[in-house]
Amino acid sequence: MKLYPRQRHRVLQVVTKLIIPFVMMFGLYVQFHGDYGPGGGFQAGVIFSTAFILHGLIFGLQRTRAVLSPAILRIMMCAGLLLYCGTGIVTILLGGNLLDYNVLAHDPLHGQHWGIFTVELGVGITVTGVMISLFYNFASRRSD
Amino acid sequence: MYEQLPALMILVPFTAAPVCVVFRHALASWVIALAASLFSLFAAWQVLEHVRTVGIIRYKVGGWAAPSGIEYYIDTLNASVLLLVSGISCIVLVYAYRSVIKQVPLAKHYLFYTAWLMCMSGLLGIVITGDAFNVFVFLEVSSLATYMLISMGSDRRALTASFRYLIMGSVGASFILIGIGFLYAATGTLNMIDISERIPNSESQRAVLVAFSFICIGVMIKAAIFPLHAWLANAYTYAPVAVTAFLAGTATKVSLYVLLRFFFSIFGYEYSFGQLLLNGVLLPAAVAGFILMSLVAVYQTDLRRMLAYSSVAQLGYIVAGISLASQAGLTAGIVHILNHALVKSALFMAVGCIIYQVGHAHRPSFDDLFKRMPFTCIAFIIAGLGLIGVPLTVGFISKFALIEASMDRGWWLIAALILVSSLMAVVYIGRVVEVMLFRQSRTSTPEVSGMSEAPLSMLAPMYLLIVIGLYFGINGDATLSLAGEAAEQLLGGF
Repeated sequence: MKLYPRQRHRVLQVVTKLIIPFVMMFGLYVQFHGDYGPGGGFQAGVIFSTAFILHGLIFGLQRTRAVLSPAILRIMMCAGLLLYCGTGIVTILLGGNLLDYNVLAHDPLHGQHWGIFTVELGVGITVTGVMISLFYNFASRRSD
Repeated sequence: MYEQLPALMILVPFTAAPVCVVFRHALASWVIALAASLFSLFAAWQVLEHVRTVGIIRYKVGGWAAPSGIEYYIDTLNASVLLLVSGISCIVLVYAYRSVIKQVPLAKHYLFYTAWLMCMSGLLGIVITGDAFNVFVFLEVSSLATYMLISMGSDRRALTASFRYLIMGSVGASFILIGIGFLYAATGTLNMIDISERIPNSESQRAVLVAFSFICIGVMIKAAIFPLHAWLANAYTYAPVAVTAFLAGTATKVSLYVLLRFFFSIFGYEYSFGQLLLNGVLLPAAVAGFILMSLVAVYQTDLRRMLAYSSVAQLGYIVAGISLASQAGLTAGIVHILNHALVKSALFMAVGCIIYQVGHAHRPSFDDLFKRMPFTCIAFIIAGLGLIGVPLTVGFISKFALIEASMDRGWWLIAALILVSSLMAVVYIGRVVEVMLFRQSRTSTPEVSGMSEAPLSMLAPMYLLIVIGLYFGINGDATLSLAGEAAEQLLGGF
């Protein structure tokens, strides 16, 4: 049975598999709870990316790359930034100033909520992408 | 939509940058970068018009009012630097297309233009914002992009040059950040206008003093003012030459803008020059800078390195003008910021044309350069005359203003030293011109007799810059009145 490159770390592999969903879940919690409590895109992005980094450490970079290829990461990094900038553009198109969330919904309170939500989501996606690609670049021998 | 131009000026290039990465196509990225730059240029032009006719613009980001929210504060000084940065970016981008094809591997072109856009929007952001912390954020955006641009040079030494700049630049940026932190501790606010109002009444004057020192050193590193200029020579020499042409006209100038903004508007003229005697620090540095660096430039054999040292010397003139701390001195300094940017970008573009055809910029190895590249040589000579300060060029306008200003203060020695340094410029430009015009081909092979000029897409933007330079050299009142207005606003505080 040749499943994993490092057969010796069976315990670590099993525990990792168990932990990863919870790490991701916690990342998402920090992401979307950032409006009400401590948290936000930066922290959530780092936490979410640790799930992939842990996977890479235990199962080897090859398998993590199969899950999340560098091409997808590049798109993530751009998509997050574009989501942020896009929110700014939308607020201007709706007649507000740059990043004036009041105009995003029927009343200012909901507008602020939606604005923060999308902007932080953009930050989260970009930070996740950047963290994982940093890991890929330092862990792999040569860039591709 | 019109009142949104200050925000769109930053937002459009900043959004265009990730779009370039999505496309991953060399030509498409170039088109996107150029379009975004042109938009910023248009916006900067409109903003300058508005500032000069209607008055200062204060743009509330996020709709939050000034002390608690971030605001963009634009007066004449900002607006003219914004126009300079976006204008130089447009012109050099046109030039960059062919130059980059030769100097940067094709697979990296999209990253090159992405970094360019990031750098430009960062520089524009530093200039436009009225929030002290926002200055630092945009400074980091532009600096990181700059390190990336420099490291793309074809020479392997570009990597060490970039790394050295990264270390020095990070030290500078951290100093600025620490300074802003102390200002925040002393005044409890980050808005520039608010800080300037609260500094005189702050209970912790010692924190203000520490902030002042940190910001002073940090900005001096980023602006490459004489004793702290060590990163500049290698960075300018080994970066892709289009990047050098862009940075020489914008990056150090923006840092000087930060210096002006902090010392005149935030700390205030009285505090910086009356209480703390900042001119005691800046003036010796400036004078030593323009004398020593001109001397060093004379002995350089690589044209890019020569122009890099000459840049440090020219920054010395600007700082000398600033440290006169008079209306006339400030006007001369600000005018020279604009004029030197035009001249130095044009010179680096000419050197880029030579590198494009000859393959190197090593002066003693040139032969028959004028026969091979007459248009490039003429451009270099005209821009070189501008650097020296010959009448009818921009250099004359600013040097005349500077000498006049120093004589107004009775500083005859400074005026004399400026002339001495200008004579050194005659020597180092003259040595290049001599080689261009009179050095015969030593190999005397008839094959090099044909003309091999750089492509039109490189010559045209270079000549555009030179024509702009000549226009402002002949019609000096245009820039002088602009700079005078800016100096008046600076001395008046916010």
